[in-house]
Order: sequence, then structure tokens, then C-alpha cells
Amino acid sequence: MHHPVRRLEVEDLHSWYGESHILHGASLHVNQGEIVTLLGRNGAGKTTMMRTLMGIVQQRKGRAVLDGQDLLAMPAHHVARLGLGFVPEERGIFSSLNVLENLLLPPAFRPSGMALEQIYTLFPNLQGRDTTIGTRLSGGEQQMLAIARILRTGADFILLDEPTEGLAPVIVEDISRALGELKALGLTIILVEQNIRFAMANADRHYVMEQGRVVDEFSNEALQSNMAKINAYLGV
Amino acid sequence: MPDIFGVPAAVLLGQVLLGLINGSFYAMLSLGLAIIFGMLNVINFAHGAFYMLGAFVTWLCLTQLGLNYWAALVVVPIVVGVFGAVVERLFLRRLYRIDHLYSLLFTFGLALAMEGLFRYLFGAAGKPYPVPETLTGVFRLGFMVLPVYRAWVILASVLVCLLVWLVMEKTRLGAWLRAATENPSLVTAFGINVPLMLTLTYGFCVGLAGFAGVLAAPIYQVSPAMGSSLIVIVFAVVVIGGLGSIGGAILTGLSLGVIEGLTKVFYPSASAIVIFVVMVLVLILRPAGLFGREN
Repeated sequence: MHHPVRRLEVEDLHSWYGESHILHGASLHVNQGEIVTLLGRNGAGKTTMMRTLMGIVQQRKGRAVLDGQDLLAMPAHHVARLGLGFVPEERGIFSSLNVLENLLLPPAFRPSGMALEQIYTLFPNLQGRDTTIGTRLSGGEQQMLAIARILRTGADFILLDEPTEGLAPVIVEDISRALGELKALGLTIILVEQNIRFAMANADRHYVMEQGRVVDEFSNEALQSNMAKINAYLGV
Repeated sequence: MPDIFGVPAAVLLGQVLLGLINGSFYAMLSLGLAIIFGMLNVINFAHGAFYMLGAFVTWLCLTQLGLNYWAALVVVPIVVGVFGAVVERLFLRRLYRIDHLYSLLFTFGLALAMEGLFRYLFGAAGKPYPVPETLTGVFRLGFMVLPVYRAWVILASVLVCLLVWLVMEKTRLGAWLRAATENPSLVTAFGINVPLMLTLTYGFCVGLAGFAGVLAAPIYQVSPAMGSSLIVIVFAVVVIGGLGSIGGAILTGLSLGVIEGLTKVFYPSASAIVIFVVMVLVLILRPAGLFGREN
């Protein structure tokens, strides 16, 4: 039995948008190769957790360490160099850039980044669309592009915020299959997801957030038998 | 040569060329203003003062240091650009997070202070600057006599504008800059040092204004007020072109110079206000400007 390698350790993390205190001492950890979800109602602090780790939210305190490096002590533009990649909820495809420019935008800090051929194998929809304006792609294709451009950088720890939001079921299938392939490649992922079935199909563990704190944790196996509890947390 | 609308074609073409010279300056300055507004969200009222600074440093280089025009063409944009970068780092940076009005007031005040300083040091009178020897003489084009230096101004500014356009639209650096205009925090999360990029962008655009100042020195008299009289027109050009398109800023600058030139032929007394008339029409018909994105 080998020990899991702990990649991310978050302890008592607080953060603020101006006057409003969003994260109220959240704690969690993620091991190498895991897919971990953050579940919770709107406003529970899931997206803020990601934005705080990335340094987009700068008013923060507590502890957040990735591979031994203190995330809170470094400037925001250094975080990506640790191999942390961010796929934001609104996808962040740039309307003044075409598909290829969007894909090549984030600098590749590590040699392990995916080559374009690999990316097109994973997301065939993106092939041959180089000169299309990024935001003219369908929602699903924009999501694929947002994930693809992070994979190209060699990031091996990905923060994926609501990748299935507003997408047709058949596209959700595509994203789900891609996520499975990324896991097989050994990538570590934090996933914010409202779609419980999507979350269960892909994740190893689940954290439940409420009012800026992590209030519960389930293994994927335990999730099924705790459905009533989960539904109560999520208010469905 | 035939007449066009009752005006000899030679006169008309002559004014088009003269208009292109003014248009060259409008293009270089509005280009910088448009990029600065896009990236930094700052209405850079000091742009004219940086142009004036460029012309003055050129004049000082010659009279104090004996540096000729060609050396000034390289050195002055760098000196002015570095000064701009320092201004961004020390002052403007603190104003991004608060209302636009503060950066506008700051740059307006900076322009007044710079203009006042140069008037105090060198007086209000214009200083002549000789046309560099290699660019003296004229081209006899048949319909007009075009001084070589003025042809050089058009050529140099078109080349510089084209180069900036290419960098912005066709390179990776340009893609970063465009992306940072849209969503700076995401670009930062991708590992790009956006604050540094803002400093360099401001410095570069201010350096471009300095470059325009070098080109202007032998044409217009070098005087403390040369920037403030130009900047008002350049702001009108930016409003007409609309923010958000580099190519648009360049084309609008050049074509408004030409429109101004043509007005001098057909209705001379309106030539001083024609750009503002166009601005009013554009604001009524297409408030985001000719090349701007309507939101």
C-alpha cells in the first residue's frame, strides 16, 4: 500500500471581495491524481475558493500550499508556473482572439504540455477552427477550448469551474469522457459541479461547502448512500 | 490637369498630401491613446505633453549635446518612453482601481505642469529646428512641390503605425495585450505579469508620442504649447475612430487629416472645425465610433 502524495493543502483559508468576507476558514486537501469536487449551493464559496488559490482574489489569509510552495506568498502570475491551471466558470474565451490565438495564449511553462495533435484527438471539434473568433464557437466548444489551452501549458493540477453549465447532454458526455482521459494521464483536478451525476462519474472524493467553509466530505462510494444528506446540503 | 468640382486637380492632390502629413501625426498619437485606453483604462490627457517633450528633447539634444536628428530619432523615443514608464509606475498605477476621472485629472495636471515647466525654462516662443541635411530638397510631382522631409514624415509614420498594427494583431505579444484588455485577471492567472505589461505598454505608447515629437520638430516650431493644440484634435480623432481597433485608429487619423486638407480647398474657413463636425455626426449616427465595438 503506497501513501498518496499530497499536492494541495488548504487550511483555515479566508478571503474577501472588498468588504464582503466570502471564505470563512475553509480547509481541504487534494492528493496526486485525484479528482475532487466542491459541491454546494450558489454563493457557498466554491468559485471563490478557486479564484483565491489562483491569486485572482488578493485579499486573503490562512494557509494554501501546493507542492510545498506557499500560494499566498507569491504574486498571482507565478501560480501558473507551479503547474496550476485555471478553467473559469464563464470559460474566459477571448473575443478579440481567434481559436488558435486563444489556444496558444497561456505560456507553456512545462515541457510536458500536450501537443496540438493530442489536443485535437481529445477534442476533435477544435480541429480546423483556427481562424474562427473564439467566442463564435458553441458553448461546448468554448469549454473544450478553455480546457485545451490549459492542457497545452503542461499544467498537471487543474481547477475546473462548472464545466457542464448550460451544455447539452451530448456535449456533457464529451467533456466527461475527456475528464476520464485526463485522470488516466495522472492529472489532478478540483471540479466545481452542480451536475451530481457528472460529478459522480468522474470524482474520487467530494467536499461540501456552505457559507465559505468546507462542512462535509464523502468518498465517491459513500456519495450514493448519502444522497438524502447531499440533497439537503444542495437544497434540491 | 482637369478640374474636380471646379478645383484644379493639382490643388486638390496637393492638399490631400498636406492633409496626410497632419494625418500622420493624428494617426501616431491616436494609436497610442487608443492602446492606452484599451489596456489601462486611462484617458491619457498628457499624450500631447509627451509629444511636446519629444520635440523639446530633440531640440535639446541638438543644441546642448550636439546629437543630430538621426540619433534623436532613436534616443528620444526611448528617453520619453522611460519617463512615461516611470510616471505609470509611480502615479498612474495607483489610480486604476478608482474612477476614470482621477487618472484623467492626473494626466491633465501632468500635461499642464510639463507645459508650464518648459514655458518657464525656455519661454513660449517656438524654437526652430533645421531639417536634417539628407532630407532637405523637394520632390517635383508635377501637381505640387513636396519637400522631401514631409514625404519622410508620411513614410516613417505609416511604417511605424503598420509595425504596431502587425505586433498587436499578428504576434503572441499582441495576443497577450488584447487578452489583457479583455480580462486582465485571467491573463494573470495564466502566468503573465500583467502589471509589468501595463507599464511597458504605457511606456511604449508614450515613446511613440515622443517619436512623433521628433518627426514634428523640423516641421512645426518646437514650443511648450505644441502638444496641447494638437491633443484636442487627436481626442476627436479617437472618438471618431472608436476605441477597440488599432487599424481603425490609424485609418481614422490619416483620413481625417485628408478631410481637413480638402476642407481647406473647398471651404477654408471651416477647416479648423471640420474634424469636430465629423465627430458630432459620428456621435449621433454611431456613438461607439466608426471602428468601435457597440456593446
